[in-house]
Amino acid sequence: MSEILNFHFDVDGDDFTSAGKASVQVKKNLRQLGLPPEIIRRVSIAMYEGEINMVIHAGGGKADVNVTEEYVEILLCDNGPGIKDVEQAMQEGFSTATDNIRSLGFGAGMGLPNMKRYSDYMDIKSKVGEGTDITMRVNIN
Amino acid sequence: MTVESLAKLDGMTPLVLCEPEREIDGVYIGDLLSWVMGNASSGDAWITIMSNINILAVASLSDVSTIVLAEGVALEEAVIATAKEKGINIISSELSTFETAVLLSHFL
Ligand SMILES: Nc1ncnc2c1ncn2[C@@H]1O[C@H](COP(=O)(O)OP(=O)(O)O)[C@@H](O)[C@H]1O
Ligand SMILES: [Mg+2]
Repeated sequence: MSEILNFHFDVDGDDFTSAGKASVQVKKNLRQLGLPPEIIRRVSIAMYEGEINMVIHAGGGKADVNVTEEYVEILLCDNGPGIKDVEQAMQEGFSTATDNIRSLGFGAGMGLPNMKRYSDYMDIKSKVGEGTDITMRVNIN
Repeated sequence: MTVESLAKLDGMTPLVLCEPEREIDGVYIGDLLSWVMGNASSGDAWITIMSNINILAVASLSDVSTIVLAEGVALEEAVIATAKEKGINIISSELSTFETAVLLSHFL
């Protein structure tokens, strides 16, 4: 596997019922590639949280997953409202989710902390009014 | 114990048994999806009262052995159909979350 494998997904912004679809597909793809279960689990969690955030906070976006020999890279890109204070958003329990979204079990304010915890590298670039770009990497070895 | 043997106990009703032989290795309880994603272990039985369709992606990604819908919470037909399609075990429990956990603890 010397080439870089890429999986691309458009994440629908107004469809709660299929939220998480891209992450479930990526999990399947990584299983087929024979990656270790613990790596797959970490990628799944990190990507799911990022995907859900694009659905509930940003009206959807795009997700790209690159698999190299060294790591699995998750790139999330949206044109949503952006994050005003990233440091605050990273805190456990911080959430701007509405009651409606909370009633579905989202909005625990644990998404970004989970993404940080389960990736080896994470970078957030966000601009209010423009959108959010997130890069995460999970090392394979 | 297997998911199928849990489903046979008093108070339990199988809603979807795609993988009846799957072994239950532990238990995780929670309704906040991010907590479950971040903390449930592969093979756990996940006890929850959350019944919307998003529980299926969480169950699949965290690789729990089964969802146990406690407190007799009803599940929409559409969710059951999708779970069958995705191969996710779901058991309905008429017991409370606590009683369900206590019951499970005898078999772990
Ligand atoms: N893609 C995004 N676009 C805009 N805001 C976001 C995005 N991701 C996260 N946020 C902001 O960061 C907060 C914390 O995110 P997170 O830790 O995932 O918690 P939760 O999603 O449960 O609110 C969110 O409530 C939201 O205000
Ligand atoms: Mg979130």
